[in-house]
Amino acid sequence: MSDFADLTIRQAGEGLRAGEFSATELLEAVHKRATMTEAELHAYLTIDRNGAARMAVAAESAFRRGEDAGPLQGIPVALKDNMVTRGVETTAGSKILAGWIPPYDATVVSRLQAAGAVVVGKTNLDEFAMGSSTENSAYGPTRNPWNPDTVPGGSSGGSAATVAAGSALGSLGSDTGGSIRQPAAFCGVVGVKPTYGLVSRYGLIAFASSLDQIGPFARTVDDAAVLLEAIAGHDPMDSTSYSGEVPDLRSGLGAGVQGLRVGLIAEMMGGEGYDPGVVAATRQIVAGLESAGATVAEVSMPSVDYALSAYYLIAPAECSANLARFDGVRYGLRVTGSTTEEMMANTRGEGFGPEVKRRILLGTYALSAGYYDAYYAQAQRVRTMVIGDFERAYEEVDVLIAPTTPTTAFRLGEKASDPLAMYLSDICTIPSNLSGHPAMSVPVGLDESGLPLGVQVLAPALGEPVMFRVAGEIERQASFSHRARLASSVVPR
Amino acid sequence: MSEDAGTPPEVDIDIRRVARLARISLSVDELATYEEQLPVILHHAARVQALPTEGIEPTSHPLPLVNVFRSDAVGECLDRDEVLAEAPEVQDHQFVVPRIMDEA
Repeated sequence: MSDFADLTIRQAGEGLRAGEFSATELLEAVHKRATMTEAELHAYLTIDRNGAARMAVAAESAFRRGEDAGPLQGIPVALKDNMVTRGVETTAGSKILAGWIPPYDATVVSRLQAAGAVVVGKTNLDEFAMGSSTENSAYGPTRNPWNPDTVPGGSSGGSAATVAAGSALGSLGSDTGGSIRQPAAFCGVVGVKPTYGLVSRYGLIAFASSLDQIGPFARTVDDAAVLLEAIAGHDPMDSTSYSGEVPDLRSGLGAGVQGLRVGLIAEMMGGEGYDPGVVAATRQIVAGLESAGATVAEVSMPSVDYALSAYYLIAPAECSANLARFDGVRYGLRVTGSTTEEMMANTRGEGFGPEVKRRILLGTYALSAGYYDAYYAQAQRVRTMVIGDFERAYEEVDVLIAPTTPTTAFRLGEKASDPLAMYLSDICTIPSNLSGHPAMSVPVGLDESGLPLGVQVLAPALGEPVMFRVAGEIERQASFSHRARLASSVVPR
Repeated sequence: MSEDAGTPPEVDIDIRRVARLARISLSVDELATYEEQLPVILHHAARVQALPTEGIEPTSHPLPLVNVFRSDAVGECLDRDEVLAEAPEVQDHQFVVPRIMDEA
């Protein structure tokens, strides 16, 4: 392919180092693609042309001086707009933060910059990362590059869509209940939720702090590992960040799966709400792993049937506390009132969208006197049971496999008026957030309507090396082409 | 989703009261919507109550962290003017809010 916007990070890095094109030319190709796709997709909230141009020139000068900060130097990447960027508007998809210019950079932003990456812009998301379709953005929805009548998933729908469409070579999202893996599956790209704590959350606008984790989107498993390596590691600014050694993420790539023990999560292999095609694709992938030398067993995790219920108490409870900071006092929107309390209530009533209010109300209720034990404390005990199920499973197997989502991408508006139906689309991804374990989605093919199918690889805490190893084998067997059949209305051939 | 773990109890939620606690003003339409939706969601969430969890400790966080300390050293902090530039109302390097001393 001649268009640089379709290169993988690895290929682009080789081209830059061979002098085939410059970082500025690569950025121009990505900008050209964005100009072509944005009118339909609306994947970006902000494209920072000047900032990106400066970073591209800096990467070029570094190459000329013989300085090489590694595989991301000169690579155009996108950031979900809930990661704060000094001097560049950051909204979290909310009206309450319209026009906010953060006075600092998130740690992941500083790390990408130190690695020489070129930040193209900030991507669209469900408001404060609450949603599964990117329809909850106060700035309008993002559409799926494979079929613009369908959603890209969410909440990191913009970040997934940019990578699928070529308006970035890689991107970062955040995953609280599946917000990286589900859009990755819907958009036919790789998406990784790392082990809780592996990536600093400093400067990530908090939704549910015990569940939130930043991770990469990329077109290949190897590219995803490159991005994760750049952002992983201890950060004193995040007291929950992991302080040990970061495992060598790529140590197992290409090693195959001979001798590995693979478990299929029985509770996620069909039933109400599951597309038979999604389940069949997952079985086919597992059969492929078996023929490549892995041993396969079905594993039962009974508590995962209750994980969704627990999640919709824990996440709203944490969000109701985290979002208390948006009160019209120090930054963002203020709507006047005769008293401070009235000013705050008016500001929040006007500034938050319907889903954010819904979750704050749920969380406030679950934490309120008289209900705390029945709801929040009980959900926390279920969380313990989910962790226990995972730990028992990992005594028997090295990795677990499941669908990423029970269905492929759904149509815009299809679930917008039924919050519970929307929540159910995260049923396969939520358990990993409750347990803090890593999980990733790998694209494996298309369903009968031409929409991407994703399969999820789950691993124990800090099990990223074996997770990437298995994902790499799945990718090799599926030989999924990310670009081949994107909607021609989005990317003309 | 199986509903075999027993029927959760009826949900008793006063949306007005919860909205007041959460400092969110709601329109009449919003109130009606949430009065319809929240009990349905809570009814689903209440399935957690059907599980036998006696003797199971609650988990609040995936990492077994207790206290994380750092040395009490002077470091860089945010620039005051840059921070105040983003505030809705500022006077003499301070955030301005409606007066609170006369509130009931």
